[in-house]
Amino acid sequence: MDTNNIVSPENLVYAKPELMNDTHMHYCPGCSHGVVHKLIGEVIGELGLQETTIGIAPVGCAVFAYKYLDIDWQEAAHGRAPAVATAVKRLNPDKLVFTYQGDGDLAAIGTGETIHAANRGENIAIIFINNGIYGMTGGQMAPTTLDHMKTATCPEGRDINLMGPPLKILDLLALLDGVCLATRQSVHSAAAVKKTKRMIKLAFENSLANKGLSIVEVVSTCNVGWKMTPANANEWMVENMFPVYPMGDLKNI
Amino acid sequence: MAKVRGYVVVNIERCKGCDLCVVACPTDVLELQPREVNDRGYHYAYMKNPEDCIGCTNCALVCPDACLTVYRKKVG
Repeated sequence: MDTNNIVSPENLVYAKPELMNDTHMHYCPGCSHGVVHKLIGEVIGELGLQETTIGIAPVGCAVFAYKYLDIDWQEAAHGRAPAVATAVKRLNPDKLVFTYQGDGDLAAIGTGETIHAANRGENIAIIFINNGIYGMTGGQMAPTTLDHMKTATCPEGRDINLMGPPLKILDLLALLDGVCLATRQSVHSAAAVKKTKRMIKLAFENSLANKGLSIVEVVSTCNVGWKMTPANANEWMVENMFPVYPMGDLKNI
Repeated sequence: MAKVRGYVVVNIERCKGCDLCVVACPTDVLELQPREVNDRGYHYAYMKNPEDCIGCTNCALVCPDACLTVYRKKVG
């Protein structure tokens, strides 16, 4: 069969989301950030909220998130995205406001902002990318780094007697009354990507319905920081990250 | 039974040759170029066995750089 018969608009089943522009993404090959950016673009497109969405970009690898999705963005100081989002949402209660943060931003320097925004039940959505390492600065240990996991600043592996165990911040946030959705997902397979997309959509709908704070943790890979190939990093994540950060909804009301 | 045929169009310049689409493909359609590279020096993905493609979109779903466009058509 001639390929020209297949490649035509009526047979199209998957294309780059319209909200994602043609700017070349700066992420390393195989980085999970790209997949999550794509999902956010798809969900906002499906909800028809391009004109009424304000994203809060973090500091970390995703610091340039505003370059890739054609919606309104505000860059926040390191870790302060939930505080900025609080202000934006309170001043624009009819807008969809979400933050996009990594584990260094949300679980380390921004722990206070995150917990208090969640405790106040701000009507924002948080997309939390947890790869257990500081990617942008060169692979240092993060609060979410696993026991015995090697990074640039713990070359012998994390010693939990000295450095404490990995911080499960989602479990912490799920306890707070202001949180309406706390779910942990991943994007390592097609099925996982579809599920993550559903949860991001739910989080955005919760924000619009002013139900409280929704947080979607995406357990991700940092193959360059972990010093693996992207495919091996996915396998390593399933084997080592999932037992510590199990998939599923911790809270969904 | 109706047969399904698919086709994957690769945006060569956007591809970073991460190999995730190759791993995700259930019918072993995709492969990275063994020698050819794009302008940025990445071995981009291409359809090695286009006749086996079923248009399942697994490759495009896991692609971090949104460089795959998938078409699917029922034949026969």
